[in-house]
Amino acid sequence: MTSVSVRDLSLNFGAVTVLDKLNLDIDHGEFLVLLGSSGCGKSTLLNCIAGLLDVSEGQIYIKDRNVTWEEPKDRGIGMVFQSYALYPQMTVEKNLSFGLQVAKIPQAEIDKRVKRASEILQIQPLLKRKPSELSGGQRQRVAIGRALVRDVDVFLFDEPLSNLDAKLRSELRVEIKRLHQSLKNTMIYVTHDQIEALTLADRIAVMKSGVIQQLADPMTIYNAPENLFVAGFIGSPSMNFFRGEVEAKEGRSFVRVGGVAFDVTSYPTRTRLQPGQKVVLGLRPEHVKVDEARDGDAVHQAVVDIEEPMGADNLLWLSLAGQSMSVRIAGQRRYPPGSTVHLSFDMAVASIFDASSENRL
Amino acid sequence: MDKIASNSMVSAYDASPDRLAAGPRGRKPRRRLSRRNIIIYGTLIVVSLYYLLPLYVMIMTSLKGMPEIRVGNIFAPPLEITFEPWVKAWAEACTGLNCDGLSRGFWNSVRITVPSTIISIAVASVNGYALANWRFKGADLFFTILIIGAFIPYQVMIYPIVIVLREMGVYGTLTGLVIVHTIFGMPILTLLFRNYFAGLPEELFKAARVDGAGFWTIYFKIMLPMSLPIFVVAMILQVTGIWNDFLFGVVFTRPEYYPMTVQLNNIVNSVQGVKEYNVNMAATILTGAVPLVVYFVSGRLFVRGIAAGAVKG
Repeated sequence: MTSVSVRDLSLNFGAVTVLDKLNLDIDHGEFLVLLGSSGCGKSTLLNCIAGLLDVSEGQIYIKDRNVTWEEPKDRGIGMVFQSYALYPQMTVEKNLSFGLQVAKIPQAEIDKRVKRASEILQIQPLLKRKPSELSGGQRQRVAIGRALVRDVDVFLFDEPLSNLDAKLRSELRVEIKRLHQSLKNTMIYVTHDQIEALTLADRIAVMKSGVIQQLADPMTIYNAPENLFVAGFIGSPSMNFFRGEVEAKEGRSFVRVGGVAFDVTSYPTRTRLQPGQKVVLGLRPEHVKVDEARDGDAVHQAVVDIEEPMGADNLLWLSLAGQSMSVRIAGQRRYPPGSTVHLSFDMAVASIFDASSENRL
Repeated sequence: MDKIASNSMVSAYDASPDRLAAGPRGRKPRRRLSRRNIIIYGTLIVVSLYYLLPLYVMIMTSLKGMPEIRVGNIFAPPLEITFEPWVKAWAEACTGLNCDGLSRGFWNSVRITVPSTIISIAVASVNGYALANWRFKGADLFFTILIIGAFIPYQVMIYPIVIVLREMGVYGTLTGLVIVHTIFGMPILTLLFRNYFAGLPEELFKAARVDGAGFWTIYFKIMLPMSLPIFVVAMILQVTGIWNDFLFGVVFTRPEYYPMTVQLNNIVNSVQGVKEYNVNMAATILTGAVPLVVYFVSGRLFVRGIAAGAVKG
């Protein structure tokens, strides 16, 4: 059952096209994350769904009702903003109940809903305070509460954690996930933070210049990115890319990059790799084995340039095939700069893209 | 490793008392009579003297009798303080045929300034709010026209406005003058409010819309409570501007409705009889008192308003 459905949505600001014939179906109870760098149209899409921006073309359905021309309040949505957007002159309680009072809901019902929301979010002690007397995390909790009291089917989050410091962000991230598990509402969540996207989402829509590049569950996005953009955008440090040419020899396929030939016979290709085809080989830093080659693995030698110990992990920057690449290994394994390492690759989890179309092969 | 580290710490600790004794320590001393302070305070004193000296002369003169003024020592304090000139300026000075002093002009000015200020601010704040938050079709064109209006010299528009007011049947009345002041305050006030509302976080407006608030609910419940500082600024601008207006007062009203400024001019510039400097000074101070009081009272409110508005939502 679809909860939110976006059909052929276009949005132009004058001559500038922000969204072009975008389609998106979101299931009931699904947590969908719109992920992309700033200016990719993800917040614009969310504002269109909320009804805060008038669409130029196309339709929006929420709970199988065409809401394309409806006011935000009539769409059955609650929204949480990056800057919290709490009304500064009202107490927390007033902030929570404002929308309900505007809707002329009986006071008893308002009290009940405010009580329930403040219990879920554990903000009962804050009800009499003004937003200026709250910390960032508390403010965002109140902002979530304001969406909660509306008793709606769809929650919209517009980068809700971006204004918080790293520690609070990870705490609230867990809380939002817990909230979703207990409420089972549909949630659409806009972020530029891939960790938030990967941890929270049932499905991620990676966006670039108004187009959804890939819509899939987090593990698929991470392990089998659909194109070069998604591959480079997800993962930190970023995937290592090697531009080369396909070669076939003795029944095995290789990607030749400068003087190095990567054996990609075990790569699960969708279409046969043609010899001479220009491709980009993508290897995640954590998918490279260092001095752990088993018998039969192709081994490449490389020299450590820089070592970045991060506690849990250790990040090595190496030169291979004339370019720099990063490798992530366990934190206790140390390789001082200058040491020689033997690398082997698991091509089953690698990615190969066509060099010109940049799509996954 | 551990041993070496602790050794080096100990040696550093040993050396520290000498090091502290040798060099400067703690808070850096500040000299009162530095070159910087002399320039700052010197300039401030000169400038305030420049502004306060005329006021001093005016107050002193207004408290003297005419014989004492004729002595010619304008800086000397009065030997014999008299409030006669103040009473005369307020209640007895003659302009034309009327001899009831500035009081008539004062009440005229009040009856002009209060409605003009309230109406112009009320309309302009809604204008600014609509322009900043509700991007209606033609908003930019409307705003451009309004701003151009601010740059057209008043003199050009006087005669057309006289005709318009005459056709409306309000020429020469206080109502007509209030309308004129309201209209002429519109461009600058709308600009002021638009910029202020545009500076408020847009997400607040969006949140209110999701909460179901409409145009007026958002204006009264969300925007107004956050806008005290800008309302005070607008009020200062309008009260002083309208109170000090002379041109419109002369052109658009009849003598019995002359505002205080016009009446002051008529008293001071009357050519008949003896020039009563003390009465003139008192009348001038009385006329200027209202903007002064507005500055003093609302200046404090203004600062408080800014402080309250600075709290981030």
